Amino acid sequence: MKYVGISVPRVDGIKKVTGALKYVDDIKLHGMLHAAVKRSPYPHGEIIRIDTSKAEKLSGVKAVITGKDVSKRAGLYLEDKTFLATDKVRYRGEAVAAVAAETKEIALEAVALIEVEYRELPAVTNALEGLKPDAPLVHPDLGEYKWGPIFFPKPGSNISNHYKIRKGDIEKGFAEADFIVENQFFVPHIQHCPIENHSAIAQMDAEGNLTIWSTCQSPYAVQKALSVAFDIPLNKIRVISPAVGGGFGGKAGTTLEGIIIPLAKKVRGRPVKLTYSREDEFVNSFVRQGMHAVIKTGIDKDGKITAVKNTFIWDGGAYTEYGVNIVRAGGYASTGPYDIPNVWTDSICVYTNHPVGGPYRGFGMSEIHFAIEQNIDMLAEKIGMDPLDIRRINGLRPGGKNATGQVVEVCGLQECIEEVAQKLAWSHKDKSSQPNKRRGKGIACAYKAPSMPNNVGSSAIVKLNEDGTAHLLVSAQDIGQGSDTALIQIASEILTIPPHKITIKTGDTDYTPYEWQTVASRITYCAGNAVARACEDIKEQLLELAQIRFGIPKRDLTLCDEYIVSKIYPDRKIAIKDLALGLSMDDGSGFHGPILGRGAFIPPNVRNTDKQTGQGEKPVAFWTYGCQGVELEVDVETGKIEILKVASCFDVGKVINPMLIEGQVEGAIVQGLGSALYEELILEKGIVKNPSFVDYKIPTAADMPEMLVSFVENPEETGPFGARGIGEPCMVPAAPAVANAVYDALGIRITSLPITAEKILKALQEKNK
Amino acid sequence: MKHAINFILNREAVSIRIEPHITLLEMLREVFDLTGAKEGCGAGECGACTVLVNGKPLNACLMLAVEADGTEVLTVEGLANGTELDVLQQSFIDHGALQCGYCTPGMIMSAKALLMENPTPTEKEVIEAISGNLCRCTGYKKIVEAVMAVSQKNGK
Repeated sequence: MKYVGISVPRVDGIKKVTGALKYVDDIKLHGMLHAAVKRSPYPHGEIIRIDTSKAEKLSGVKAVITGKDVSKRAGLYLEDKTFLATDKVRYRGEAVAAVAAETKEIALEAVALIEVEYRELPAVTNALEGLKPDAPLVHPDLGEYKWGPIFFPKPGSNISNHYKIRKGDIEKGFAEADFIVENQFFVPHIQHCPIENHSAIAQMDAEGNLTIWSTCQSPYAVQKALSVAFDIPLNKIRVISPAVGGGFGGKAGTTLEGIIIPLAKKVRGRPVKLTYSREDEFVNSFVRQGMHAVIKTGIDKDGKITAVKNTFIWDGGAYTEYGVNIVRAGGYASTGPYDIPNVWTDSICVYTNHPVGGPYRGFGMSEIHFAIEQNIDMLAEKIGMDPLDIRRINGLRPGGKNATGQVVEVCGLQECIEEVAQKLAWSHKDKSSQPNKRRGKGIACAYKAPSMPNNVGSSAIVKLNEDGTAHLLVSAQDIGQGSDTALIQIASEILTIPPHKITIKTGDTDYTPYEWQTVASRITYCAGNAVARACEDIKEQLLELAQIRFGIPKRDLTLCDEYIVSKIYPDRKIAIKDLALGLSMDDGSGFHGPILGRGAFIPPNVRNTDKQTGQGEKPVAFWTYGCQGVELEVDVETGKIEILKVASCFDVGKVINPMLIEGQVEGAIVQGLGSALYEELILEKGIVKNPSFVDYKIPTAADMPEMLVSFVENPEETGPFGARGIGEPCMVPAAPAVANAVYDALGIRITSLPITAEKILKALQEKNK
Repeated sequence: MKHAINFILNREAVSIRIEPHITLLEMLREVFDLTGAKEGCGAGECGACTVLVNGKPLNACLMLAVEADGTEVLTVEGLANGTELDVLQQSFIDHGALQCGYCTPGMIMSAKALLMENPTPTEKEVIEAISGNLCRCTGYKKIVEAVMAVSQKNGK
């Protein structure tokens, strides 16, 4: 192949290195007003009274709104949220009122003048507590909400989804085991921390047309949610996502867009901008849900796992419109990439009075694998087996069955394990660099599927220009992962037009065609397929025209280096550009007209699982498998961990762009190490105590380990050129690999994240008692 | 009350009257429409607003605009010469050292400051120079490689 599999430099490189790219907060519109938000000081409280009169009187204030202006509920999977609180507040920081003013300063001053009287309610600040029958109800009206048919809320409780797997016979499985082990794990809330904070601008014209500029991953999903919440038809809402400065899931769905729309409606055509502060970003955008896990496993003395019973309790936060699907994903993936005959899983989403849980790179997989992959090592130790061997025995292979009973067709997991073991020199133990340090190696596997509804679609339009260049129109968003470049490469390969002659336009619901969302590591696969089909459509039209022109059957024609060429007589050819506007005949007449390619895609034959058992033949589009190994050193005097080396290998089907995919995996490794070593939103009585980069550390350049990144390529039958998703899976194994390496180094098990020096010292003291 | 200040901005002399509470970052972004420098935290924690003042990298969110009086300020927009990129910018593209691009201007300016002072830094020096610039996408490896490629080129 000429363009796929090549390290084409990023097509968005120049505008990014020159600072020329305009992100939403960089956009200034004529007459633009600035918004500020009044937020709840309580995690749970009834709103008794809101007095906005003083704010309204302040000079420069143009509009003030409260929950009354946005009373309709919206949400992606479960319509449980309003963009401003109406009757009560459910987390500290929830929007209760907002102001649009001539300047940001005036808006902030006005917000301070808004008086809100609350009656504080007892709060749910722990998911386990929230499950108790006497727990305060976060959503007493849950039964009245709308939700998708694949979710199972329990009205009258704080459970917003209870996903079950019932596979085989769990009792029989435990009876067959030689050992039964039960372990518990905890994963705290963390934040995505894109460097760009959320920002949106809304403007409504005299005809009632609404334009939203938003730092969003999914313009069409935002358009749909706003249409529902504000009763505006889709043809009157235009969502533009000009650029996204990092998403990681935090900019999926909707966040702040709904706050500024009611303001924009009140200011006679003036645009209104709202940009989150870093503190807002930490507290008032999506966070990764916390999770308690209990795993009970039966294993025989030869290392075969006979049964597993999983209980995952998720701290979904105040609204779980998105979180319910993370819990579902955590349920159907609950065994990890292992072939276990008897499985019982309860994956339960619990409303709490915590910040709103939502999609975070990994979509539940990082959380469950932290538990699963440590559990596997603990089982191995129990029976005196090497951690590699237990994975060789139980790890999925083609022909095996996963938790939903699906027969696995393509799976390079075992190859990835061997690759990582070799890169990490698994059986070789290096001496530590100093007497006070201990070295260890750890390994963890991972798998992930695109956790999306079965029938979500992608589309692409390709316009051929008369000079042989092309425009590719999609609404897949390049949020840093490199989709603009990868999608152009796919188009180039089929059209035989080099990447520099193709321009991509994205993210404008008025002009670029439908894309469900840029999430789920689905873009190269889903949008890539749509692009491939649009290019095949063009190819078909070109060959038709060339067939007429040359009198050569279509089957004997092909595209080659920007020409339509006869496969038999290579000198019979015509440039693509000469057919771009149609075929010109010798008598001066024309035929066909401008060539436009159209492509659409929905993953084929993905079907719902059984509601009672979670079993199904093909519940997801594909699985991405992989493995990561870590070598580290721990200072036993300070507890400080130094990550020396990370080896990562994933089966991606086909590498579209080696440089980009390597960068994506390196980024995921470091982000994963952040979650392993430092990151935790500290929540006390529902209040986030560390909403800044000073108190919530993310990795810097100084924290970067040596990284060895490699790939296995077992093609995905339905993927473009065999490719499958990788953006999220490659972050998943980082934290358990570190935990397992810490155990290897010190013989201590840290079962909660992050693995801090403090926890290590404490565990060492316990051990040495 | 506005203060009159004069300084060099991207090699051009500018004069402006500015309120004393406005930060250098706000002035660059709002008054001069130089939006390459970003506000990621507003508190000097992330480095996305890094610009050079008299050749030194600074968080523009922590400096008042009036303090720019008499200085020479260089932003990411001042690096390229028309469509001809600075060698460091080109190296970022060649090495895949950017993803979402939001930290990139600040990252490039911190690295540029290092290269202006020391054209042939070691990897350790590069890491130190950019360790005040947070990036959530890349894992930093390709950024360090991009800067090191320029260092090695300068050493030849």
